[in-house]
Amino acid sequence: MSSDDHHKKEIDELSGTETTGHEWDGIKELDTPLPRWWVWTFYATIVFAIGYVIYYPAIPMIETSSTGISGVTARGQLEKTMAAVGEQQAEKLQKLNITPLEKVVGDDDLYRYAVAGGQSLFKVYCSQCHGSGAQGGPGYPNLNDDDWLWGGTLDKIYATIAHGIRYEGDDDTRLAEMPAFGRDQILDRDTIRQVAAYVRKLSGQEHDAALAEKGAQPFAENCAACHGEAGEGNRDLGAPNLADAIWLYGGGREQIVAQITNPRHGVMPAWLKRLGEARVKQLALYVHSLGGGEKTTASAR
Amino acid sequence: MSTTEEVTTFTAEAVNSKANRELYVARKKIHPKRAEGFYRSLKWIVMAVTLGIYYITPWIRWDRGPFAPDQAVLVDLANARFYFFFIEIWPQEFFFVAGMLVMAGIGLFLVTSTVGRAWCGYTCPQTVWVDLFLVVERAVEGDRNARIRLDKEPMTASKFAKRFTKHAIWLLIAVATGGAWIFYFADAPTLAKNLLTFQSPFVAYATIGVLTATTYIFGGLMREQVCTYMCPWPRIQAAMLDENSLTVTYNDWRGEPRSRHAKRVRAEGKLVGDCVDCNACVAVCPMGIDIREGQQLECITCALCIDACNGVMDKLGFEKGLISYATLAEYDANMQLAGSKRINVAGDTVWDRSSIDPEKVRPTDGKLNAGMKHTGLSSFIRPRTVVYIAIWCALGIGLLAALFMRDRLDINVRHDRNPLYVVLSDGAIRNGYEVKILNMKLEPRSFRLSVGGLEGAHIWLAGQQDTSGKSLDIDVKPDQLRAMKLFVKAPRSSITATRQPFQFVVEEIGGGEAETYDAQFVSPEGAVK
Repeated sequence: MSSDDHHKKEIDELSGTETTGHEWDGIKELDTPLPRWWVWTFYATIVFAIGYVIYYPAIPMIETSSTGISGVTARGQLEKTMAAVGEQQAEKLQKLNITPLEKVVGDDDLYRYAVAGGQSLFKVYCSQCHGSGAQGGPGYPNLNDDDWLWGGTLDKIYATIAHGIRYEGDDDTRLAEMPAFGRDQILDRDTIRQVAAYVRKLSGQEHDAALAEKGAQPFAENCAACHGEAGEGNRDLGAPNLADAIWLYGGGREQIVAQITNPRHGVMPAWLKRLGEARVKQLALYVHSLGGGEKTTASAR
Repeated sequence: MSTTEEVTTFTAEAVNSKANRELYVARKKIHPKRAEGFYRSLKWIVMAVTLGIYYITPWIRWDRGPFAPDQAVLVDLANARFYFFFIEIWPQEFFFVAGMLVMAGIGLFLVTSTVGRAWCGYTCPQTVWVDLFLVVERAVEGDRNARIRLDKEPMTASKFAKRFTKHAIWLLIAVATGGAWIFYFADAPTLAKNLLTFQSPFVAYATIGVLTATTYIFGGLMREQVCTYMCPWPRIQAAMLDENSLTVTYNDWRGEPRSRHAKRVRAEGKLVGDCVDCNACVAVCPMGIDIREGQQLECITCALCIDACNGVMDKLGFEKGLISYATLAEYDANMQLAGSKRINVAGDTVWDRSSIDPEKVRPTDGKLNAGMKHTGLSSFIRPRTVVYIAIWCALGIGLLAALFMRDRLDINVRHDRNPLYVVLSDGAIRNGYEVKILNMKLEPRSFRLSVGGLEGAHIWLAGQQDTSGKSLDIDVKPDQLRAMKLFVKAPRSSITATRQPFQFVVEEIGGGEAETYDAQFVSPEGAVK
């Protein structure tokens, strides 16, 4: 294609339409005229775009962007949404504040709200220790199962969350301390090994029968007061059940020996002052709903 | 306008004529003249039927009992249901609609490959509504010539009154169009009452507003511009045509050379074609084109030019069909018979009109050459159309079979992911599931949900105190889904793998439908025997 072709008006013989002058492999492009209304529509979009840029934040700059006269920001919109949601929830939270826990269970709508809210609160305040699914971990109880250190009824769970465990800042906190039988030389090493074997026997695990037999006596003297004759535990004291399949610090021989020798004591913060009545109720209802929650009457044991 | 012999000649020019094109073209107003004839009658019928279907359908009632709406055709967006007479479709059954759309697509291939752009010319809403708007325009402002005169007149009270009346009626039609649309999405009588008392939701009025605007603008103001510039269909449909598809064709083998003074010229001993260049075909064209320039993108094949030309041929005492539905194959054969030569224009091979010999077309007895081809229905049956019909039928039979064999009970299960399992104090393993039971019948039903393939398993609903049951009895409301959080517990003795397959079995109590869901029971390593 020579350069002066650019300036020559060429009319396509068949269609009678002017061509753009471009040619590829013998194919030319027709310069079909645009309808005028279409052109005006195009101009209208330009006018709209100018208005848009003036009204909304649109022009990117190095660290920020133009704000636009509307002052709309994504953060501002989020705040608005959150405020609206907060307003909506205020009524429900107020209702939750004054309704006893057992009554909440009977109120379908309030119960669903409480459990859903409790789930998100759990993710924020509890999941660091108990895991996002409340499945716990070594040293941190699994809240899904049916084994409770301090009780699994709604009221007991509420009390645990509200005041915490061994938490210094709360006078009503749950307190229990297991003596350090090894460290404080209450029992000697051999006796501790015997007691450990006996505990494994109580929980139906594989054990040394001769050792376990010797451990029965020291167990009855030193441990049964809190953990019970058969190792069934005592929730009023926070003494774990030693006869079941669930272990907070592990059920292996060495782990039991370690716990008797120099016990670990977990600490849980008290939440009532930080979160308030309604939020703690939400958390209690959520934890209770995970599958291990007990009825008030069933917790009498 | 002038009168040549007994035929009225029109001053009409194609809006897309080659002579005057610019960079940006202002729309040339088209004043289609009213046509009369077979195709016009056919179009009136199609228009009545399609508009009737559109406006009446939402008002048809269909008794489905107390648990479902009694509107025959209803898209219930709020409850995610689609009702079509005896068929009810849940969202997960939407493939029926997708299948229908595929059938519609294949159907369109079939229609286009046989009768060309029939969709555009007869049934497209744009065509139907433009036709309706033209009826109003003619009633208020008169036919073509009256309208052209009116356009040129300065604004007077009477012109203003006519214009006002026309636009007012157009807007009424547009409001009715938008108004009818929303009745497909809610109970029509209730919605109508609420609409009139201004109690309907904003979205109802907004939808009517948008559809009123589009109907008024597309049907009244833009008309052919929509087809020519906005619609992708003409491009797609043109690609589906082949040499055996019917298109509206000006048979120039018969019409050329055209003459406005045919009688005089014939008397002089010269031979001319049948076309008397009266422009009747251009005057009636709603797209404002001249069909005699051959197949064009703008032509929607509404066939009104056929009606117009047939009327003229009748008056002249010639056979009908100077403009007719013809295939390209038929046209080529006839052009050849007429003695036309193929010539090269700018790289394209086209028939040369000037080489047509009228004597070959109409030998001395004045009758059309009997050898001229006319397409019969036989051209419809060819491999391509047979394949379309076969696919279409297969799809239709498949969808019908699926429709009559589909389940009205379904179960969906989602295993709790966090935690995957819970070890209980007695050493048993518990898994949590979210189970959904879908009762897709319009009556309340009771089901028994049990666990299969997991020895000694117990099942209970979250929150239920009794955890020793072997099955659960569940009532599901009519046409509803019931979602439940439930737990399954299995003793260690029955755990054989960390991921153990088992089944949720849901059976209708008292006999009826049953469904099984293959689920997994997850256990920790240490629990496996």
